This record gives sequence, structure tokens and C-alpha cells, in this order.
Amino acid sequence: MTTNGSPTDWVSDYDIFDPDFVRNPYPLMSEIRESACPVAHTDRWGGSWMPTRYDDIVAAAQEYDIFTSRNIIVVPPPTGQIEGPYAGVAAPPITSDPPEHHWHRRTILPTFAPQAVAKYEDGTRALCNRLIDGFIAAGQADAAADYAQQIPVRVIATMLGVPLEMADEFTSWVRGVLEIGLTDPKVRVESRMKILGFFRAQLDDRKANPREDDLITELLNTHVDGEPVSEDYVMGVCNLMLVAGIDTTWSAIGSSLWHLAQHPDHRRQLREQPEIWPTALEELLRAYSPVTMARIVDRDTEFQGCPMHAGDRVLMSFPAANRDPRQFENPDEVILDREHNRHVAFGSGIHRCAGSNLARLELRVALQTWMERIPEFELVDPTAVTWAGGQVRGPRRCLVRFPTDPSGATA
Amino acid sequence: MRVTVDGSKCHGHQMCAIAAPAVFGSDDYGNAVVLMDPVPAEQQAAARRAEANCPERAITIEEDPQS
Repeated sequence: MTTNGSPTDWVSDYDIFDPDFVRNPYPLMSEIRESACPVAHTDRWGGSWMPTRYDDIVAAAQEYDIFTSRNIIVVPPPTGQIEGPYAGVAAPPITSDPPEHHWHRRTILPTFAPQAVAKYEDGTRALCNRLIDGFIAAGQADAAADYAQQIPVRVIATMLGVPLEMADEFTSWVRGVLEIGLTDPKVRVESRMKILGFFRAQLDDRKANPREDDLITELLNTHVDGEPVSEDYVMGVCNLMLVAGIDTTWSAIGSSLWHLAQHPDHRRQLREQPEIWPTALEELLRAYSPVTMARIVDRDTEFQGCPMHAGDRVLMSFPAANRDPRQFENPDEVILDREHNRHVAFGSGIHRCAGSNLARLELRVALQTWMERIPEFELVDPTAVTWAGGQVRGPRRCLVRFPTDPSGATA
Repeated sequence: MRVTVDGSKCHGHQMCAIAAPAVFGSDDYGNAVVLMDPVPAEQQAAARRAEANCPERAITIEEDPQS
């Protein structure tokens, strides 16, 4: 693991945690993409490859037998993670490969189908309104910390049937795994143990006291080919829902508000042409895709002229794919009514984000509720916005101000 | 206009149903199903947009022969 200052050559020495890259990765992605070697390599952070062209990233996603999902975090796991009481717990189906992937995924997909997640819409809207009630009179709020960050954790906790009062703890555990823990192995292992210890206790509770209409109870009662699924599988699914369902969506909501705070023209367009909302949400997902995944190379292979070895890590930069001018006209421009948009913010192929319909619902409700209640807002200080990056990129501090409504009316 | 979804390519992004909700929907697993085939004239622009937004290129559109 090396951190010898900022890279001078991004094609052979990129650093996904470099402060400039975290703040604004797109120019550096473009530099790599347009170089003679659009599949970059680095020895930093355990070493990895990073394709930057849309076609290459999609091709790698489709070749799941070569680019496996046995580990999907952008930095290799610390040794403390591979041992211990929960060594057998992964995060299916995101960490599964065929053939098991098929039933791992099929078991949970109905929970996340559009018609199934629709029942969370009213609750999500009420939650968004309550959050806005808390700061609207002040004329100022942190759109990332006071709003975006507060939404998905409560939706996921509701879905899992776990205590909403623990929202702050869940958030801190997930940041420990996906954000802070990536550069601090001790935090990463501790956070994983807290998550799995929590779900171990939740499983024990459901076994003793099965609940009606409860996802964890249902998962424990799932049978595949006549056999009950293992408890490691159920723990893994719960682990995935918490870890993958929180700061990903919060980052998408935060980035979108950060964008809208700086674009009065786009706020006006959404007000005057509300019919473009569905297209606009896809465009915001494209332009500010939060998630980069990883794949592990199964066997020595050559990919776009790069000699990859068994065990090598490949970063699936969906944010880079979604800014490729070969696929998207004016990729760095946010065009809210963009007609052609085959974006891969939720990945591509068999590992397409299983929660994408829920994430979209949360993004839509969060942005529409904000725009109804706070139609005009701006960044207090653009240079003071802070970002997290690496696996999931989004604003972590994003102070905005807005005119207060003298009538005090609420929606 | 006729539309088909290749079930072996569709991975349930649902971007077709977002672009053309009258033409495409979802099965129990979130994969695309065609709701309207043939596609009436007033839905054809939406159906073309759905094709142009499918990240898996799973949708095929067969335009009516020019008469």
C-alpha cells in the first residue's frame, strides 16, 4: 500500500482517494480515457486496473466468468475480516457468482420489483417532509447531512424491520465499511463485526419470535430445492441491504441537490415541465453516478491489451463509463431531457443493482419533495462542500441557503 | 410497430418502463414485459426512446413497412 503524494501519471499510478480525484474525478477520468491506455493501472491501495471507456466497462461486466464478484470492494479486505465468527458471511447476491448467483438473486428480486417497492412511497414522502420541517424556518440546511443522509437509512431499516432509532448507528457502521474503513482497515473490520453482530441477534430474535409480514422472518423461512437456505445466506442478504442501500442512495440524492443548487435554469425547467422528471432523474444518475464496484480476475487473461493475472482487482468505474463521449453526446453536460441514455449507474449484466427500483423511488421522492417545499436554494459556499469517494462518491457536507417562507406554510 | 424484449439480455433495469410506461412493465422479478404489441402510433416515440435507454440492448423494434 503506497500513498506517495499525488500521482503525476494517472494512467500508471492513479489514486482513487486523491483529494482532487474525490472532489472532481471527471477531468482525470477523461485524461485516462483519451490516453493511449484507457485501462489504467495502479499499485496503490493493493493494486488495481481501471477501465474508463463505456464499452470496456460493460464488456467486463458481461464477462462474469472472468471478472468474478468474489470480492467487490475497491480495496482488498484486511486480514482481520477473513477470519472470525462471520467468516462465511458475504453479501449475496452481489458477491455471488453463477451458478449460486441465480437463486441468490431470484430469492430477493421480488422484494425490489417496482410494484413491490411502491408501498414505501408514502412513508418516504412523510419522512422527507418531516426532515424539511426541521430546518425550513432556519433558511439554511446541510442538504447532505441534514437531508440526503437521513432518508435511505430509515427506508432500509423499515424494510428490514429493525429499529429506526438506530439510524445514526447504522449510518456510522456503513460509513465504516464503505467510506472511512477503506483507508482504515481497523475501522473496516470493526464496522463489519458490528453489522454482523447486530444481524446475528436479529436472526436469533426472529427464530424465537417469528413476525408476520417481516423480511428477515421470510428470508429465514425461504427454501430452495426443498432445503432451507443457510443462516449465513440470510445474514449476508441483510448485510448487503444495509451496506449497499444507504450511502449509495444518499450520495445520489446529495449530488443531485448539489447540482440543482447551482443551476437555477434546471430548477425552473423542472417546475415548468414536470413531465421531464423521469428523464431528469436518469440524467442526474448518469452524470453523478455514485458507485464504483470491483471484480476479481479469475484466470490470466488479456483485456484491451492489458495482461491481467488471476486474482487481480478491476475497478468497475460506472461513473467513468457514464461520462464517455463515445456513448453520450456532451457527456459532461447535464441535459435534463436527454433522449438517449443507456447509463450504467446501477451496473450492467447479471449484477445490476438489485435495489435500483427502491433507490429511484427514494431519489424521486426526496428531490420532488425538496423542490416543492424549497423551490429556490443555493450553495452557501461552493468551496466548503466536502465529498467522499472511492467506492461511493457523494457530498458529505453541502450547506445551502434559501428564502424563508413568511407564512410558514407546509406542503 | 412491433416490440420484443430479449429475456436473456434483460436484467431488470426498468429503464424501458420509465421511458414508455404504457408499452413496458415489470414481471414479479422486475424484468421487462411488453404490455402493448403492436405499439399504437401515439406510443411509438416513447417505445423508440425506451429502446435507446436500455443499457443491455435487449429491446428490438420492428418499424411498420412504409406504405
